[in-house]
Amino acid sequence: MTTKEIENPLIKFLLHLGDNALIMGHRNSEWCGHGPVLEQDIALTNIALDQIGQARNFYQYAAKLIAEKSGEKLTEDSFAYLRDSWDFKNCLLVELPNGHWGRTILKQFIVSAYKSCLYQALTSNADEQLAGIASKSLKEISYHLRWSSEWVIRLGDGTPESKQKMQDAITSIWPYTNEWTNFTDYELNILGDNHWNIKENWETILKKVFLEAGLSIPTNGYQHSGGKMGNHTEHLGYILTEMQFLQRAYPNAEW
Amino acid sequence: MGTNFEEQFQQKIDQETKIEPKDWMPQKYRHTLIRQISQHAHSEIVGMLPEGNWITRAPSLKRKSILLAKIQDEAGHGLYLYAAAETLGISRDEMYEQLHEGKAKYSSIFNYPTLTWADIGAIGWLVDGAAIMNQVPLCRSSFGPYARAMVRVCKEESFHQRQGFESLLVLSKGTEEQKRMCQDAINRWWWPCLMMFGPPDDESPNTLQSMQWKIKRFSNDELRQKFVNMIAEQVKVLHMTLPDPDLKWNEEKNQYDFGKINWEEFKQVLQGNGPCNKERMDARRKAWEDGAWVREAANAYAAKKSIAS
Repeated sequence: MTTKEIENPLIKFLLHLGDNALIMGHRNSEWCGHGPVLEQDIALTNIALDQIGQARNFYQYAAKLIAEKSGEKLTEDSFAYLRDSWDFKNCLLVELPNGHWGRTILKQFIVSAYKSCLYQALTSNADEQLAGIASKSLKEISYHLRWSSEWVIRLGDGTPESKQKMQDAITSIWPYTNEWTNFTDYELNILGDNHWNIKENWETILKKVFLEAGLSIPTNGYQHSGGKMGNHTEHLGYILTEMQFLQRAYPNAEW
Repeated sequence: MGTNFEEQFQQKIDQETKIEPKDWMPQKYRHTLIRQISQHAHSEIVGMLPEGNWITRAPSLKRKSILLAKIQDEAGHGLYLYAAAETLGISRDEMYEQLHEGKAKYSSIFNYPTLTWADIGAIGWLVDGAAIMNQVPLCRSSFGPYARAMVRVCKEESFHQRQGFESLLVLSKGTEEQKRMCQDAINRWWWPCLMMFGPPDDESPNTLQSMQWKIKRFSNDELRQKFVNMIAEQVKVLHMTLPDPDLKWNEEKNQYDFGKINWEEFKQVLQGNGPCNKERMDARRKAWEDGAWVREAANAYAAKKSIAS
């Protein structure tokens, strides 16, 4: 990919959304064939499939905008396969390793809850195509949220062991939550005043589900950030190495 | 009395009336079906592993989506095959236990490794192709739940087969390296796929009874021959070859002659000595053991809720 640093806020925002969906989908897809219950293996694979589908929609739109602006011909795959980690704009949370099933569920719940609020706000965005992708994705995300909420509650309120595992997972994931609602300039440019509702609505969902699950939310502690600006954890490099292997080893081939 | 039941049973079979779970059936019929259906279900589940191996490395987002959807289909097949077996009086957990203890088998093919991306196409085209050959006649199996499950399985499998072939077609028209990848995958998967049909008829102990009960409709060798005839033609479209110097059209018999299968290799794979037997079983056991606390928690939660309501 030869595009220089893309400065258009809408394109940056689309890549941010696409990257969140792709990397989260990648992590979830690692579970395929290894889930604790066959039905749930299918459910999580289904979610991964939705997320990769969403990433494709955002990337395709970004490619179209870039073609209009600069004439450069890119595809959805240019973004997924031919950028290095500094160009990825996903939040750090989605690149964290899966760990056990409960930790994976917890990541999925936190992200689904956030996305349900964000995409709801985006459905009325002035950019019609973005609004269209958001409302199409929102149907899928409502299911992801319902499914992951149910599992957080089930594991939080299951056995003492499962409760402890979930509480420990919250402690380790929590430092990666604030980043979602610490909005960058490119997000604010697209979201406008809507961003206040997003944070509030998101917190309401989290509190409600954690309360029902009997799990507590840490009240303080350091919060990591940087993903949205291309400063990632060490994990992303390995994800990309694996994901991009064929495209890098055999450049310009059709698959 | 027992004889009477048996006569009625065989009469139903002969008249092509489906046997349903609550109908009387000989114990051996029941056991044969449990063995066959659970083996089939296990094959779907273990089969997710070699393909799953390439999800995170799929070369495009489109291919990644297709592969994920395909593996999800396999999981779905496993699910309704387990359900079909459960109608015969065995639980899914018991079947898992038999798998994990090495008592139940699964298709020998999944003990081979997926080494390049082309293997994903080859599995779709050849492995699913062989599976369909085996499974289409099972849609007419005398046991109702199995026959009905197979109708759905076959529809999805033939879709997978076309996708696999299409994926190889792209490679066959690609760069030199892609062509090499494609040919290499065909070379490695061809013989193990022929083994998927099971031992030759004169060494297949269960075939005769299964055909009498119409659980099976064609013998192993018949199905294998049909498969060879089909693939020997399709491979020409790819401009690739099958790794068999003895493969040639026999005008007289109106079918392809083909070379000797290495049954010693088949035996070794069945005995656990295939390239990936250990990895596959370790992965299944690990998934099961790592998931134990999750299943316990789900049961505990369900129990609390049922007391509360």
